[in-house]
Amino acid sequence: MDTSPDLLFRSLADPTRRALFERLCRDGELTVGALTAEAGVSQPAVSRHLGVLKQAGLVRDRQAGRQTHYRAQPRALSPLLDWTSRMAGFWESRFDSLEDLLGRMDQ
Amino acid sequence: MTAPATRSVVVEREIPHPPEKIWRALTRPELMEEWLMHNDFQPVVGHRFTLSGNWGGTLACEVLALDRHRSLSYSWNHAHADPAYALESTVTFTLTPTPAGTLLRVEQQGFSPGQKQAFGGASAGWRDKLARLERLLDAGGTAPTPTPETEQ
Repeated sequence: MDTSPDLLFRSLADPTRRALFERLCRDGELTVGALTAEAGVSQPAVSRHLGVLKQAGLVRDRQAGRQTHYRAQPRALSPLLDWTSRMAGFWESRFDSLEDLLGRMDQ
Repeated sequence: MTAPATRSVVVEREIPHPPEKIWRALTRPELMEEWLMHNDFQPVVGHRFTLSGNWGGTLACEVLALDRHRSLSYSWNHAHADPAYALESTVTFTLTPTPAGTLLRVEQQGFSPGQKQAFGGASAGWRDKLARLERLLDAGGTAPTPTPETEQ
């Protein structure tokens, strides 16, 4: 699992993509057509969003005849849920504050 | 059930200030509050203290080791109703003088008792996790910022 948190965040920053991903987490494998029916956007748009999710490792596709089926790969989220990744971000931001403070301190 | 694996995170930064000055910022409660969290820290091994975040959560800590101007280590335990966010860990700061100032290193070692559950969780849990992600993104950022603040 080497998907960068950055890519995951960008993929999930879009509400339509998040909704698609969430629906796949909830409902299991679905076709592009079934996803489009509830997405509120056109089928080409849904396909584009699925492409981005796929690139981030968040979904996998399977071709069956003329239909493409998608399913969620929620484990791809683990870099964001892993405490070590969260804490690395935490300490980076605290070090920013620390440097800011040091700049304001005497000597 | 197997014991959760211990993991660690290391963040290093060269800072253009001498170790003595950084040491003050790391060990004086009023200065710690400015960059870290509100606290009742005392630079005494065995002293138990609390770090409180402005989100209302707290971390239970105890000074484990102290080597003036060089290194400081304390426990960093976070109780949380959601085991995915509970954490038992140790934080160690190391200060090494460099020509330009100080290399400041923090290493956090420990484990999150619920990490496994978080990964293996049923799909219902993902809704909540995505909501969390969304709040986090709304809060600004590209980076997965502080653990504690993002969760309650």
